[in-house]
Amino acid sequence: MEAATQDPTTPPETSPGQPALALEGLSRDFGDRVALGPVSAELAAGQTLAVLGRNGAGKSTLLRILAGLLRPSGGEARVLGCRLPGETWRLRGRVGYLGHRPLLYRDLSPRENLVFTARLHKLELAEAERRIGELLAHVGMERRANSRVAELSAGMVQRVDICRCVLNRPELLLLDEPDSHLDQEARELIEPLISATGTRARVLVSHDRERALAAADLMLELG
Amino acid sequence: MSALGAILGKDLRVELRTLRSLPAMALFATAIFISFRFALDRTSLEGDLAAGVLVTTILLAALLAVSRLFVSESEEGGFDLIRLAPVDRTALFAAKAAALWIYLAALELVAVPLFALFFLDSGAGLLPLVAVLVLVNVGLAATGALISTIATMSTARDLLAPLIMLPLLIPLVIAASGAVEPLLDAGGPGYHHFGRWLAVLGLYDLVFLAVGYAVFDFLLED
Repeated sequence: MEAATQDPTTPPETSPGQPALALEGLSRDFGDRVALGPVSAELAAGQTLAVLGRNGAGKSTLLRILAGLLRPSGGEARVLGCRLPGETWRLRGRVGYLGHRPLLYRDLSPRENLVFTARLHKLELAEAERRIGELLAHVGMERRANSRVAELSAGMVQRVDICRCVLNRPELLLLDEPDSHLDQEARELIEPLISATGTRARVLVSHDRERALAAADLMLELG
Repeated sequence: MSALGAILGKDLRVELRTLRSLPAMALFATAIFISFRFALDRTSLEGDLAAGVLVTTILLAALLAVSRLFVSESEEGGFDLIRLAPVDRTALFAAKAAALWIYLAALELVAVPLFALFFLDSGAGLLPLVAVLVLVNVGLAATGALISTIATMSTARDLLAPLIMLPLLIPLVIAASGAVEPLLDAGGPGYHHFGRWLAVLGLYDLVFLAVGYAVFDFLLED
């Protein structure tokens, strides 16, 4: 069993100036099909890496590998100082992952989903509830906070999923098309939540080339 | 424990809100009892036949819940949520097994009185039956949570769960029927080999809880 006796909340021993992300020839195959060709990149804390490429180029696969949800087939990857896949357990709780599909239960409300995520991340409940209230208010979802997710529009679901992604104040954001289903007003609302900060890096997958490049410090073109 | 409580609480809340599993299980059990009543053309059962009908019905109704146990995790991203969080992933196995145990207990609160109404002349054997059902439920819950995980990871979920699970449950069916048979004898409940069959059920439960705990982490790998 994978490191069952070790405390997964223990932060790794990171050295000063250590990159948030260091990839060397990272690849992933599904049988004979190459899902992600060899990728090399390095990203410092506080920086944004824009990942561009055509459909099927491996952008989502790359994000899932970096989140520790998928094992790489080859190459080396260090994420927040953790070597993948061997030290994935040390990465848990430190990465915010926003995928294609929302990670929200359709029969729970936004608030219930966020409380559930907070409990999984062992956040102190009173503090978590305060932050959940703030996040939902920030993205304009406080009035629908107790509706079932199944009753919300795609844009509302995306806003709630972004709240879920940043709830535990992750050190690295992995964002797969964060703007999808969002109108201009909503994009402006979520931008401060998902921006790179002094300590927080982000990997941004987008089909909107201009917008991604405007926000990025580095660019990675796949395919 | 926090993650286990969170996942179990979420599952029970969703079930109470949607009632997707429990009513279906209860209706299915009722339909099986009615089928047995006409197929056997008997208004009263006892001994091994009564035990077989009761145990088989619970097992078949359990399959309905097993096939739905991980649907939300598979279709709504629950697996990813748990794999991203700093929690021991066996908490998911424990929570799902606990949820299934509760569903089965709720089913039996309806199904056992119905069974008595349909087939039994006396309810004297029902009280000691509780001990057997508690252990049967643990075995079904542990095996069900394990098999449901394997089935969910495949594309043939609904087909795979019963195909794998039924052969694995044969020892549990033998032990459960052996324990229930003397309780439903015509002359009132007896306890011939009752303790031995309970011990076999307990052993089965321990084995599948241990197997589930040991392999669950690997099952969640991509």
